[in-house]
Amino acid sequence: MAGEAEAGKVDPMHQFTVEPLLGQDWNIGGFNIAYTNSAMWMTITAVVLFVFMLGGMKRELVPGRWQMMVESFTGFIDDMLEANIGKEGRKYVPYIFSLFMFILFANLLGLLPLGIVGVHPFTFTSHFTVTGVLAIMSFAIVLIVGFWKHGLHFFSLFVPSGTPLPMVFVIAPIEFVSFLFRPFSLALRLFVAMMAGHILLKVLSGFVINGANAGIGVGAMVSIPSFALMIGISALEILVAGIQAYVFALLTSLYINDAEHLH
Amino acid sequence: MPQIDQMSEIWSSQLFWLLITFGFVFFVIGKGMVPKVLDTVGMRDQQIADDLAAAQASRDAADAAEEAWRQRENANREAAQALVSESKAKAQASTEARLAEVQAGIDAQLAEAEQRIAASRAEAAAEIESVAAEAAQDIAARLAGVKVTKTAAKSAVKEAMRHA
Repeated sequence: MAGEAEAGKVDPMHQFTVEPLLGQDWNIGGFNIAYTNSAMWMTITAVVLFVFMLGGMKRELVPGRWQMMVESFTGFIDDMLEANIGKEGRKYVPYIFSLFMFILFANLLGLLPLGIVGVHPFTFTSHFTVTGVLAIMSFAIVLIVGFWKHGLHFFSLFVPSGTPLPMVFVIAPIEFVSFLFRPFSLALRLFVAMMAGHILLKVLSGFVINGANAGIGVGAMVSIPSFALMIGISALEILVAGIQAYVFALLTSLYINDAEHLH
Repeated sequence: MPQIDQMSEIWSSQLFWLLITFGFVFFVIGKGMVPKVLDTVGMRDQQIADDLAAAQASRDAADAAEEAWRQRENANREAAQALVSESKAKAQASTEARLAEVQAGIDAQLAEAEQRIAASRAEAAAEIESVAAEAAQDIAARLAGVKVTKTAAKSAVKEAMRHA
């Protein structure tokens, strides 16, 4: 697709290109670990999240607005785990909270209209290599907790309770495959949702630019509706940024619930 | 699609930096800050629950005190009413006794006075009889020259006064 990009045309995929910024020849065990624009936005996300959380560390009895905001986020995750897992959910709050906030801030920071001032935000959650690692981490926690708590009994997860014996041999493989698909669906959902929104915005912005370049008549016919649509889609994308972070955290907590309580 | 085109060259860098940044987020923010924030919220909830419990206890105590005061007040009022009605009854009784006593005195005086009046009347009547008998004796001696005895004159007077 990159080859189609000609002068004056907007390549909607270019925004996902990872470019090394520092240490192109940094290697660990033969693997390149260059500091890329993707890594930079991960750092920015972590730092912004850290600064945000500092506001919650005032620990005042009567919270200010900032502390209230931080507390409502921690309370939100705490309640979600309480509802989905129960009392045992408390110990997963740090992980699920980190996951939710990291994805949420990454999604939102990637939507910032910094292109106006010449900086190009990079949404690293639109990369399968990143969402895949996060999904594998969640899945690994599910496996470790499941086998730790239940041993080989964990395999009974693949036989829903009340299944008649002849059906077990049909249902167990299906359940097993669907179980193995969880990390992929988890990673793909976030990656695809973030990528699709960014591509759509980029395509529409291409319409706006090219329409305006083609003359006043075409500009009025194409650019103005496209721009109006962009505003709506941007609002939708902010919603999607929150929803996808929530879905990732929610599904992870549901999977952990399976591992904690089987069925 | 850069995500796939570049995958072979960037995956190690992506993994490395993701582990570093997410590790920072998990260990510093998730493990370090979140429990403190949750503690703060828990402490606040505890404080609010304690305050509410204290308020409820004070309210119960106030209710109990008010109830006790009300009972005491009712008892006092009853006692006062009993005292009032008792003294009222006593006053009435003493008044009645005194009235009866006075009435008895008046009755006695009345009876005595009536007796005296009756005695006086009888005396007066006897005097009139003797005066009338003397007068009749006298009149009979002067006019008819008849000597009438005192007893005949008296019986004649009595006869005449009975007819009068």
